[in-house]
Amino acid sequence: MLNRSILTTSLMGLLIAFCAPALADEKIALTLKDHVFIPDKIQAPAGTKIEITVKNMDSGADEFDSRDLKREKVIPGGKEGIVLVGPLQPGEYHFQGEYHAKTAQGVLVVK
Amino acid sequence: MLAASVIVFREVLEAALIIGIVLAATQTVSGSRKMVAIGIVFGVLGAVLLALFADFLSSLLQGTGQDVFNAAAMILAVCMLAWHNIWMTKHGREMSDEMKGIGRSVSSGSKPLHVLGIVVAIAVLREGGECVLFLWGIASSGTTTFWDMAQGGVMGIGAGVALGATIYFGLLGIPMRHLFIITSWMITLLAAGMAAQAVIFLSAAGLIDIVDQPLWDSSAFLDEDSIAGRILHTLTGYSDRPNAVQLAVWIGTILLIALLTKWAKGGPTEIKAVQQVQ
Repeated sequence: MLNRSILTTSLMGLLIAFCAPALADEKIALTLKDHVFIPDKIQAPAGTKIEITVKNMDSGADEFDSRDLKREKVIPGGKEGIVLVGPLQPGEYHFQGEYHAKTAQGVLVVK
Repeated sequence: MLAASVIVFREVLEAALIIGIVLAATQTVSGSRKMVAIGIVFGVLGAVLLALFADFLSSLLQGTGQDVFNAAAMILAVCMLAWHNIWMTKHGREMSDEMKGIGRSVSSGSKPLHVLGIVVAIAVLREGGECVLFLWGIASSGTTTFWDMAQGGVMGIGAGVALGATIYFGLLGIPMRHLFIITSWMITLLAAGMAAQAVIFLSAAGLIDIVDQPLWDSSAFLDEDSIAGRILHTLTGYSDRPNAVQLAVWIGTILLIALLTKWAKGGPTEIKAVQQVQ
C-alpha cells in the first residue's frame, strides 16, 4: 500500500511538473549584491503575472522571502532564482533577503 | 549567536511540534519511537543533501524546482497523516487488545510505522535544509566565528526540542480515553494546515493559477511570523492573510479526513474498543 501511494504521488507530481508553468506578462530583474537589493524598489502593473529574476551576486546563498507575496526561495551564491507572483492587487509588497534581513530589504509597488 | 539561535528555533519549531504530536499519538504503538528516530536521522541527512544540491534543485523545472519539491513534500505529508488517522481508527480494537496483552499482537509489518517515519523525515528535511543553508550563509560571510554560530544553532535546536517535549508531555497528561480523539484531531489539523500551505507552493511553482486575495488580515492580532503565530500556524494551519483557496482547501482537508475515518470506523464496536483501553 505504501509503495503504491508513493508511486502514484510521484507520477502525479512528475506529470504536473512537466506541464509548462504559467507564463508571465511582466518580467523584472533584481540583483542582490553585498546583501542589498538593487534596485530596492521595483514596479509592476496590477492584475498581471509577474516573473522576478533575482540574481545573487554574493558568494553565499540568501533567501528571497516575502510574507506579503507569500513567496520564499533560496538562491545559491552566484546563481539566479525565479520568483513567480501575481496577479496582484495594487499596493506595496515588501520582500527581504532573509539571511541578511538587516540590509537586504525591498518593495514591489503594484499600481 | 542570539540571532542565529532565534532563526534556527523558528525553523525547527515546526518539525519539533510535529514530532511531539506524532509521538504522543502513537504512544500505544510499539516500534513507533524507533521509527520516529529513523525519520529524524533520514531527515537530517536529507537536509544536508538538500543544502548541497540547492543549486541543482533551484534550476530544475525552469526555476521552479524548489517550489515543486516543497509542494510535493507537503502533499505527501498530508497523505501520510491522513492515512495514519484512518489506520488508527480502523484498527482501534486490535491496538487495545494488544495493549491488554490479549489477542494476537499486531505485527509491526501491518502497522503504518513507515508512514510516521516519512512524515517526520519530511518535516525535519524541510526545516533542516533551511537551517543548514542559513548557517552556511552566515559562515561564508565571515561575520561570526564558527563556534559562535554552532552555539547559536545548538541553542536554537535545544529550544525547539524543549517545545516539542512540552507538547508531547502535555498531551501525555491527557487521560487515555481522550488521548486518541485529541491526537487524531491534532493530526487532522496538522494535515489541513499543510494542505493549505501546499496551495501556496503550487501557486509559486506556477502549477495552479490562483488570485492571492486575502480574505482577512489578522496580523495585528497575531502575526503569523511571530513565534506564537508560527506555533499556531503549525498546529492548526492558522494564516493571518489566507486567500479563498487556502481556506477552502483547509476546510476540505478536514472534512475529507473526517469522512474517511468515519468510513473506516465501521460499527460502534471500534469506538467502544478504544474506550475500553482504560
